[in-house]
Amino acid sequence: MTGTLPFAITLDPGTSRLNHTGTWRTERPVYLSRMPPCNHACPAGENIQNWLFHAESGDYAAAWAALIAENPLPAVMGRVCYHPCEGACNRGQLDEAVSIHAVERFLGDHALREGLVPRVEVPPSGRRVLVVGAGPSGLSAASHLTRMGHAVTIREAGPLPGGMMRFGIPKYRLPRDILDAEIARILRLGVTLELNTKVTDIDAAFAEGFDAIFTAVGAHLAKRTAIPAHAAGRILDAVTLLAQVELGEAPQLGRRVIVYGGGNTAMDAARTAKRLGAEEAMIVYRRSRDQMPAHAFEVQEAEDEGVLIHWLRTITDIDASTFTVEKMEIDAEGRPQPTGTFETLEADSLVLALGQDVDTGFLARVPGVQIAKDGVIAVDAQMMTGRAGLFAGGDMVPAERTVTVAVGHGKKAARHIDAWLRGTTHVKPPRPALAGFETLNTWYYDDAPQTRQEHLALLRRQTGFEEVTHGLTEDTALYEARRCLSCGNCFECDNCFGVCPDNAVIKLGPGAGFAIDYDYCKGCGICATECPCGAIQMLPETT
Amino acid sequence: MTEETTGSTPGPASPAAATQRVRFYQTGTHTLGNRLMDAESRTVQASTDRANAITSGHRACQGCGEALGARYALDAAMRAAGGKVVAVNATGCLEVFTTPYPETSWQIPWLHSVFGNAPAVASGVAAGLRMRGQKDVRVVAQGGDGSTTDIGFGCLSGMFERNDDVLYICYDNEAYMNTGVQRSSATPPAARTATTPALGAAPGNVFGTGKNLPRIAMAHEIPYVATASVADLHDLEAKVTRAMAICGARYIHVHVPCPLGWGSASHDTIRLARLAVESGLFPLFEAEHGEVTAVKKIRRKVPVEDYLRPQRRFAHLFRPGHEDTQRLAAIQAMADANIRRYGLTEEAPL
Repeated sequence: MTGTLPFAITLDPGTSRLNHTGTWRTERPVYLSRMPPCNHACPAGENIQNWLFHAESGDYAAAWAALIAENPLPAVMGRVCYHPCEGACNRGQLDEAVSIHAVERFLGDHALREGLVPRVEVPPSGRRVLVVGAGPSGLSAASHLTRMGHAVTIREAGPLPGGMMRFGIPKYRLPRDILDAEIARILRLGVTLELNTKVTDIDAAFAEGFDAIFTAVGAHLAKRTAIPAHAAGRILDAVTLLAQVELGEAPQLGRRVIVYGGGNTAMDAARTAKRLGAEEAMIVYRRSRDQMPAHAFEVQEAEDEGVLIHWLRTITDIDASTFTVEKMEIDAEGRPQPTGTFETLEADSLVLALGQDVDTGFLARVPGVQIAKDGVIAVDAQMMTGRAGLFAGGDMVPAERTVTVAVGHGKKAARHIDAWLRGTTHVKPPRPALAGFETLNTWYYDDAPQTRQEHLALLRRQTGFEEVTHGLTEDTALYEARRCLSCGNCFECDNCFGVCPDNAVIKLGPGAGFAIDYDYCKGCGICATECPCGAIQMLPETT
Repeated sequence: MTEETTGSTPGPASPAAATQRVRFYQTGTHTLGNRLMDAESRTVQASTDRANAITSGHRACQGCGEALGARYALDAAMRAAGGKVVAVNATGCLEVFTTPYPETSWQIPWLHSVFGNAPAVASGVAAGLRMRGQKDVRVVAQGGDGSTTDIGFGCLSGMFERNDDVLYICYDNEAYMNTGVQRSSATPPAARTATTPALGAAPGNVFGTGKNLPRIAMAHEIPYVATASVADLHDLEAKVTRAMAICGARYIHVHVPCPLGWGSASHDTIRLARLAVESGLFPLFEAEHGEVTAVKKIRRKVPVEDYLRPQRRFAHLFRPGHEDTQRLAAIQAMADANIRRYGLTEEAPL
């Protein structure tokens, strides 16, 4: 202001913006992204928080694109994954975990309905990769490698692609039209699939001109156990049973069936027996319910369908249709011990579900390949075997045997194969600090219980192979996505922008987030305390 | 706000339809903004178009609740009045930290006279504007609890009694902070101030003293009285907007924690304001012509201890091994009385 000043006023007025209060600061707020617990727990390395963020606004195409950047089989995974993400979900400490798998399934189904396809954005590398086995791991690797520009051929020994997703997981958990559609989408990227082609000679395959090979043949050899049998009835293994059902060659099991084992495959075998017409499907397992490797919900679903489970029993003798079982008890070390008390059960057939081994025969001759403990293939941190350029993943390497782990192996192997082909090393970016529950200000989230997925009526579950668990509608999927707390990642709620007493937060606009104006920020820390998702950290000023 | 889904439309719907139909928005209106909700459901403060009545560079302490409360209230008033607001300020922290000569943080017309006469000056400004025919320019008077409940109380009562067209906003930080944390008639019982030290048999401010200005304002039967908190911005802005739509004398009492005077961490300003509301010690309500018309229910009830313990002015209540259970019980009884009086929980309807 210029001109004549009022009486007793000697200075022109000025704005307080001349006063840089940022000099008062001893701590500075810094925006950061923390690792959401769901992402941290995902064996397939999905960025769950990120795809939920897109889904929340109804942008399902963007959500799906973010989803398949890590996992090319979302409709399958949304059905069969045991969702460790939900066990880690911070919302579980507030009310109930976000039903992540149900939203994943919704997005996967949405993409199939809408015909969404991923884009291959890189030019062809001119390199050829052979994938051995068309299971989840092989398909995942093929998809990722193709999107990285490499020419991929899959050779599958069986008559149909899918591996254990088709021959191990019954269709009441994974309908085949869904599986076929997701596999077809991967093949349409330009992947060559050769069925009924068993790879027996790795060196010959390299000689054909493949620059790298990824083997993921799974674990298909059923484990056996020695049971004295005088006049054995019908004995078969669960892997064979499930595969035969898939091929339309379901065996005659009789009226009463015993399944021996306590894993998820045992549950699937017993539930399948029920659907094939067995009046009684029994599971015999040598440990207690708590020690069963099968997931609790699968046990529950089996029991709901009328499967009878005999805990703490071993089969000691078989005489035609009479099975002698011995009662077990758990000792101080948690191991089952025989008690000397016996019972008998009557059954027409016995299904062994005692686990599977890997057929490593075709690799045993390859120089450098190491067979690890339990007959699986040893790989290094890059998923490479002792033979340069030969990688392995899925059930045939030491890891938990699930579709999710297999898909994760496929992705991981693809990244290392890609780096290897380019003569570099893939270095995994360091993981940021975990966004634990204590980093959140949960006051700001709406109260909202989890959505329940509907189930097929019990009678239809006991008599057919229709899918048991229903999907979410668009409305319930959207609701469920919006239950996400966005742990450790800004979702632009404007709290920091609004709560700063010094107007020192700059709003950069949708998608761009915020910045701190350090000229004026006094470092009070209200923004960090009132950030719902823990995306602001206070760091000491060094000067 | 609720988990309600109203998805009854048959058949596939466009995402746009579902995003509107599913009325659950992750944080609803608890956060200041929300990218999933329409712009009208977000606060004024979430908008880059806010007036920023008090701009950066002011001398308020780190984490000042009053700087926040005043910007919240005046930005809402500015939006409600289309940017035509004159503010009259009493003496106090707000006046001092925004206008160290020759700087000013005010980005709206602003006037300061002396400590006790802000309501009278505001009445005069309103009268002057009326004489000039400027009906569209609205007058907001403001002060801290000292100028409002003690020093300017006579002028304020007169402004109420004459029903002058002024919105008076009190930013209550429960003592004279600017001059060194002396007790005011808004200081709560047991609080340590410079003039009510935590010494002797009855440390801190005396129980049974002080005045409840919102209820005194209600006794004048003026058109609108409300309490608000910096912890609930949607509520605060709604009340200012409602007040700006009414002519005559209006009063809003805003609870603004003071890290300096309360001995609290600067980052806890909003958290403490929230705990005051959630404990029942600071009830949020609206009254018209002397009658309570609406209350804000407590969302997650907490004991008063949760609110008191982080503040050093109450530290004498929590001496290890010598917890002052009697005084804590008395303060809890005050919160419980508020819950009953205003019906702050579902179990205690009005």
